[in-house]
Amino acid sequence: MPKYDLLRIPLLRKTLESRWPQLILRAAALGGFAIAILAGLLGTRVGNHNFAIVVVWIAWWAALMLLAVPLLGRGWCAICPIPMPGEWLQNGAALGPVQDGSRHGRSLKRFPKSFRNIWMQNVAFTLLALFSAVILTRPSVTGWILLGMLLVAVGASLVYERRTFCRYICPVGGFIGLYSQLAPLELRVVDTKICAAHKEKSCYRGNAEGYGCPWDVFPGGLAVNTNCGLCMECLRTCEYDNIALNLRAPGADLDPPHGLKLDEAYKAFIMLGSALVYSAVMLGPWGALKTAAYSIGSPAWWGYALGLLVLIWGLLPGLFYLTTRAAQALAPVRLPPRKLFARYAAALIPLGLTAWIAFSISFVFANISYLWPVLSDPFGWGWDLFGTAGAGWTPYLSLAVPMLQVVVLLGGLFWSGRTAAKIAAEQGARRHVWPVTGFNTLVTIGLLWLLVG
Amino acid sequence: MKKEWLARLLVLALVVGFSAAALYARWADRTLEVHAAMPEKGGWLPNTLTARADEPLTLRLISDDVVHGFAIGQSDQQPSVDILPGKPVEITLLFDKPGTYTYYCTRWCGPNHWRMRGTIEVEGDDSSLANDPSGPVAPPLYLMLGIDLDAPHDVQVDVTRQPSARRGAALDTNLPAEMLSREYVRAHSPYEVWQTLRETPAASPLSDADLWDLVARLWERSTTPDALQTGAQLYAQNCATCHGTTGAGDGVFAAALAGETSATPISPGLGHETVAPTDFSDPAHMLGASPALLHGKIIRGGMGTGMPSWGLIFTDEQTWALTDYLWTFTFQFQFKETTP
Repeated sequence: MPKYDLLRIPLLRKTLESRWPQLILRAAALGGFAIAILAGLLGTRVGNHNFAIVVVWIAWWAALMLLAVPLLGRGWCAICPIPMPGEWLQNGAALGPVQDGSRHGRSLKRFPKSFRNIWMQNVAFTLLALFSAVILTRPSVTGWILLGMLLVAVGASLVYERRTFCRYICPVGGFIGLYSQLAPLELRVVDTKICAAHKEKSCYRGNAEGYGCPWDVFPGGLAVNTNCGLCMECLRTCEYDNIALNLRAPGADLDPPHGLKLDEAYKAFIMLGSALVYSAVMLGPWGALKTAAYSIGSPAWWGYALGLLVLIWGLLPGLFYLTTRAAQALAPVRLPPRKLFARYAAALIPLGLTAWIAFSISFVFANISYLWPVLSDPFGWGWDLFGTAGAGWTPYLSLAVPMLQVVVLLGGLFWSGRTAAKIAAEQGARRHVWPVTGFNTLVTIGLLWLLVG
Repeated sequence: MKKEWLARLLVLALVVGFSAAALYARWADRTLEVHAAMPEKGGWLPNTLTARADEPLTLRLISDDVVHGFAIGQSDQQPSVDILPGKPVEITLLFDKPGTYTYYCTRWCGPNHWRMRGTIEVEGDDSSLANDPSGPVAPPLYLMLGIDLDAPHDVQVDVTRQPSARRGAALDTNLPAEMLSREYVRAHSPYEVWQTLRETPAASPLSDADLWDLVARLWERSTTPDALQTGAQLYAQNCATCHGTTGAGDGVFAAALAGETSATPISPGLGHETVAPTDFSDPAHMLGASPALLHGKIIRGGMGTGMPSWGLIFTDEQTWALTDYLWTFTFQFQFKETTP
């Protein structure tokens, strides 16, 4: 499928070059974020009537997993409010560079090299997963988590340059980056030669029109979406109009797949494993498992925590490692086992995203109707701002949900199979596709059993 | 630079403005909030309120977990209100007399539901009490009779069939006049009455079982269908969770009270002991208890058993209605309960 540069549309280019639409969206999101923190800390303790729980974990999550990530990749990161206060303090400006964007933040440090990967994000997401049953249901815990993320983001912006929090710390940033490879949208340069010849590298360093890439990426070298936050700074700073925002075939970053680093490969397992665990805990019929996940600190919870950690950090990667060893035995290739493992982990990306879409479908359609009363009464204080406070709970599309889940999961399995086939072809070992697809099929059967029954 | 200031203003307006507006609205709202949570999580908060007689008291009731109910004990001024989680409800109370009032939860919100009580101290001019037409409150009957509520009262009886008031009425036996009064029945246990009847010449031809039917008839005569209906409703709302819908002591919380399961602990950490709920269909237990004794137990509660005190909740009339209803589990009355 040929790519189409959306920036050829003058109105869209103008809109994205301007800082105002983005600022307005981010400010509105920050206002909502502040309300979520206040509602979490001061509002009703009843989760399904508290803005923090309903808007963050149902509405935002639905928008993120069902729309933003699959369609826009890191589109959410472009308007995420969490780094906004820190950026304001870091830049000394809320809108754009007051003088020269290349000179701001000179005194700030780079993030230590050993942490310039997504291991911290993997750990942060795992911690959220361990406490998720409480975080997702107790508004006060959600309030403290959101406040904590805001403070960490501000702290990171004051000590380190650029959007260090987003790139290396944010618990959701890691998987958004991984799955953004599947999006039908990419930001790339039109001509890499222009970038190579451009000495100033204003897209990376900044100039009077904008800041150097907040994501610490040189756009001229962009090959995959993973680390591009779609903030559009390079569009503003590029002196040659050499930036393109391409509409492309979904998953073009996997055609052929670029090898994952070990931290990214682990992210794929963490996401796949937590989708399995969440499906069992939140949608499964096992009351004891739910109680264990909720009873933090109890022996049952320690058992649950150990099980989760073993599954996502040990069992799944271990099984996959054995799978790649089996593939190696079927058709030997020169790649070392660790590299082969990381290479084939890219095949898990489509299945991982579709697993999360399928999981999200199940609770989003069932619970999104809680949004209407919460918009009118965000704190559960008895307000009725828009006349919807009395709206009752109504599950939507109940009959269609299982069918949608099956279609999405089978689609993910097929897509992952195709990706594995491409990797295998690249290795010159087509038979590798069978063990890898076997692993994916087992995971899919597990998800189908948990989600659809 | 102008644009930068405009941007800063916009961000602050959207962030600080929204939040400040919400907090101001909250601060400006002076309605007194009463939060309801399962007793294990705190019960009513606050659990002590103050008010002035003849001055309205507006409360916003908020459930922080499950469905609760709010009602004022010994009062019909405020019908029970359901409090749904996350859906605040406002009520206005008006007390015409000073005193201490009890508010309580009317929904089975958890194993310790009955502990969910609070008090409203109503202050006011004591002269209103001097004109109180209801007059001074009489002590409960068990105190006047000197009944020890905690003394064992089980009897060894051989009841071969459930005593029936209908069969008792059909016997057409002349009973001693004193036995026909409500006061007599309330002051004696069925076993005491049965023993007295056994020694009465008029009843000498009757079998033991026939005499129990006569006793059942006497107990039926001492109440009314309306009282039994009231008692049935109170029982269903307040007693059946522990004592069971058939009075057999097998309600949904019975196992937890008996310590047979740890799934729903009763009074965790509160230092209270509990025992299995009383079986009202057990003749050995019921036939040795007088209505005054049961009435007293309802008022005071069962010390160290988990049985709550209802004296501050039910009016005297309601307590007697409930006492009367308890006998329907032992005796067959010709009363047909109607569902509201």
